[in-house]
Amino acid sequence: MNSLNEKITTEALYRRIRIATMVAFILSIVMFVRLFQLSIIESKTYKILAENNRQRILFVEPERGIIYDRNGIPLVKNEPYFVAAITAEEINVKELSAIATFLGISEEEIKEKLKNRKSQIEPVVIKEGLSFEEVARLEARQSDFPDISILTTTIRRYLYGTVGAHLIGYLGRITETQWDSLKSEGIPPDAFIGQWGVEKIYDSVLRGKFGKKIVEVDALGHEIRMLGEIPPERGQDIHLSIDINIQKAMEEAYGTRRGAFVALRPETGEVLALGSLPSFDPNKFARGAASDYWNKLSEDEGHPLLNRAFQSQYPPGSVYKIVTAIAGLEKGIIKPTTTFHCSGGISFGNRFFRCWKKEGHGTVNLKRAIIESCDVYFYEVGKRVGIDSIADYARRLGLGDISGINLVSEKKGIVPSSEWKLKSLGQPWYPGETLSASIGQGYVSVTPAQLARMIATIVNGGYLKKFRLLKSDETGPINQQVREDSPPANVKPVVISDIKGNNESQKINISQQTLIFIKDALTGVVNEPGGTGGAARLQHILVGGKTGTAQVISKAIETHKLTEKFRDHAWFVAFAPADRPEIAMAVFVEHGGHGGSAAAPIARTGIEKYLSNENSKTVGTIDGEVTISEGD
Amino acid sequence: MSKLFERLAHFDWLIFSICVILSLLGIFTIYSATRIPDYQGALISESFRPDFYERQIIWFVAGITIFFGILFIDYQWFKRLAYLLYVISIILLLLTIIAGKKSMGASRWINLGFFSFQPTDIFKITFLIALSSYLHDLKARLTASQILKVFLLFVLFPVLLIFKQPDLGSAAIIFITFFCIILIYGAESRFIKLTIIIGLISLPFLWPVFWENLKDYQRNRIQAFLSEEVDPAGIGYHIKQSKIAVGSGGFFGKGFLKGTQGPLRFLPERHTDFIFASFTEEWGFLGAVAVLSLYILFLLRGFDTAQRARDDFGRYLSLGITVLLGLYVFINIGMALGLTPVVGIPLPFMSYGGSALVTNFAMAGILTNIRMRRFEIFY
Repeated sequence: MNSLNEKITTEALYRRIRIATMVAFILSIVMFVRLFQLSIIESKTYKILAENNRQRILFVEPERGIIYDRNGIPLVKNEPYFVAAITAEEINVKELSAIATFLGISEEEIKEKLKNRKSQIEPVVIKEGLSFEEVARLEARQSDFPDISILTTTIRRYLYGTVGAHLIGYLGRITETQWDSLKSEGIPPDAFIGQWGVEKIYDSVLRGKFGKKIVEVDALGHEIRMLGEIPPERGQDIHLSIDINIQKAMEEAYGTRRGAFVALRPETGEVLALGSLPSFDPNKFARGAASDYWNKLSEDEGHPLLNRAFQSQYPPGSVYKIVTAIAGLEKGIIKPTTTFHCSGGISFGNRFFRCWKKEGHGTVNLKRAIIESCDVYFYEVGKRVGIDSIADYARRLGLGDISGINLVSEKKGIVPSSEWKLKSLGQPWYPGETLSASIGQGYVSVTPAQLARMIATIVNGGYLKKFRLLKSDETGPINQQVREDSPPANVKPVVISDIKGNNESQKINISQQTLIFIKDALTGVVNEPGGTGGAARLQHILVGGKTGTAQVISKAIETHKLTEKFRDHAWFVAFAPADRPEIAMAVFVEHGGHGGSAAAPIARTGIEKYLSNENSKTVGTIDGEVTISEGD
Repeated sequence: MSKLFERLAHFDWLIFSICVILSLLGIFTIYSATRIPDYQGALISESFRPDFYERQIIWFVAGITIFFGILFIDYQWFKRLAYLLYVISIILLLLTIIAGKKSMGASRWINLGFFSFQPTDIFKITFLIALSSYLHDLKARLTASQILKVFLLFVLFPVLLIFKQPDLGSAAIIFITFFCIILIYGAESRFIKLTIIIGLISLPFLWPVFWENLKDYQRNRIQAFLSEEVDPAGIGYHIKQSKIAVGSGGFFGKGFLKGTQGPLRFLPERHTDFIFASFTEEWGFLGAVAVLSLYILFLLRGFDTAQRARDDFGRYLSLGITVLLGLYVFINIGMALGLTPVVGIPLPFMSYGGSALVTNFAMAGILTNIRMRRFEIFY
């Protein structure tokens, strides 16, 4: 190998080393540029990402407001609720099987839940509703279960269980669509909010405001320190207008029967009791409906989730005679002294319309006809007044339309008229149908809530009030009173709208004379001999009312002995004390039979309860003014 | 004695200083990245107190000792013992496969009781020595058949062993280093063309075989590099968190002990493979540029040493060391910046790891050794 050749080789080698040096230079320029891009140009983005990594915003649940009844009795309470959850990224097999036996759950179940986990840091709930004892035992063995945490939250307890469940309602996990509209109020996506009843309609008041805790976390989700905190704001308490004792007494009076009742304060429209039976237990919905309970409810043929007070419509039966009577009096067709002769029925067209009393009532005037609920008298009145006038007065009394309460979706009921029939059935009105309608049979249908409102309107001097679920005071103007009840500012919006609705209380166009006459006649129904509502009579209080029996099947096939399923529905509307009514109500018993025997005693129970506990103190008139002339 | 002083006068302070500064920065960063954040109320086991930085200090001292130790041995000795050392290191690699200590699914370690080391690290040096020695004796342009011979002799078997450990990163780097050295040494242009053609033709056939032999996590790494969406919780997560660490540092950085990505463990391998990201989060663009400059200075010095070496063996050896370390630096930093696939290789001098640190100091020592003796005459 000669030296020249070697020299050339070395020169070439040096050249290639310089190329390598250049390559290194170019590579480092690439690195510089990339560094410049990441830590200068895009730095802001990455700073945010780094902060997002280490900061976690945790929602702090506010304490939910308590719901009281009108006498200050709490209907709900918030209880601590313990949940065992896997908070670690992973859990080893040994610990998993140990915790499964410890809590008495199956390993498979936990594994399944772990599989469905959305992210490594999402806690996996393995058992809900731990008892205090379980919590204590778990905490004592914390070192054996490092990957299990006990999460504490609260659960809503409904102290009266099924009583008033339709009204009070329950909480449920927020749905996606609800969250979309509420997330701006700072509600976490897994929050529990009111989903039914008062819990739902006053949710924004009861809920309070979620607090926030900003904590620094490491990659495994351990909280390291608090970086900031916004404390939660407690929800506001509300005082309902209902009296839980009346509610309870009336629901108990139903026994196993189905039906609905609505009791009101005629002056204010306040709901004193509102029930639908069968009911459900809201405690079972407290942490989101257990699906088996939900299935049980929806398969129950008694439809416990249906609020019969607003969502079921039935023919009102003889209660509708009140409407017919008012129409007759107001139209001047009859006077209180007008008499008709009842011989057990009348022929009209080619049909015979029977009175419920086969032997007939003889010659009766209007008051007697109401007291004894004579069908023939009202056939005669209806014939003369005409269906459209009856319908007109029915509507004035709030029938055939919704009340506007936002508790549930309401049924409108049907107030038949010639126009209605043409519109909905495409047929002309037949005069014979007027007779059926006059005694509340045929096409007529109403909800229990409508009848309660109707009777309240008749006895309060003709003011059609909107239903009111919050307590007010009879003395001062309603708006002021409510402001005193609930001073904090954030309560106002909801309550004011509620009051506004109430102020829309509408004076109906029926003369006082007529209303007073009807009230008097209804008092007779309960208290005079031969009255159909005797079962509602109370010793020291003058009760007024009207029975109603709605046919389930037509009279034509009524010859068979009826099983319960085909028995008539029973109605009773009532008010008391008769001179200055404090309570007015409608009681409906599904397949209860006759109104006088099935529904009236339930009404009496409610009235007795109400007037015995609260108003004996405030209303001094009872003892003095009750005319005990009737004896018993 | 006078000879020793003469040599010391040629001692390369630059390379030594660079290595010491980088190692110290590494120790600080290891301390910061593995520190336990101030937990309040959270449950954390008392026994867990990381002592990574303390161990690294010990290895740092050991590294400096080896560095100076190597200076006293004339590197010609390496040439004389080249093939012996090479065979010993191959045996160690075999031992690793047979009796290695398993750690995170890979057996890369040999435990000697008082310490563990990675035979791969030793192999890197013996491989470069053996290759340099061979090329020194060859003294001519490589023909294609010679290259094939060298490849089969020095590269294929050990690279397969390392690949089997599995240590994809080291295997790839040794493989690439080999080709870089061949190219710089000088190969027939026919070889270069041939390699490219054979490479292109065989790739579709070899790729599936290669792919089949990869472990799942290795495949994930390659896929994640091609698309961050593939494995956001796995390796894609590594890349993302590394970029967050680098980017969130900004121009001046968050300051020493102010980083969050490392101590809060968002950044995986925060003190080993991704130490550059941990460092940049706290020291910013400025710090990163400084570190990168130190590495470039080191590489320039290495290439300069290769040009000044008194013989071909020293030339090839310093070239090999420079190329090898350069590849580590660029692939590792590229990894932290999301430019290269995550192959799991450490950053020389900075990453936590005793075996690698000592090896790096040994290589720096060899480089200095060659530079110091550049004026000496053969004897």
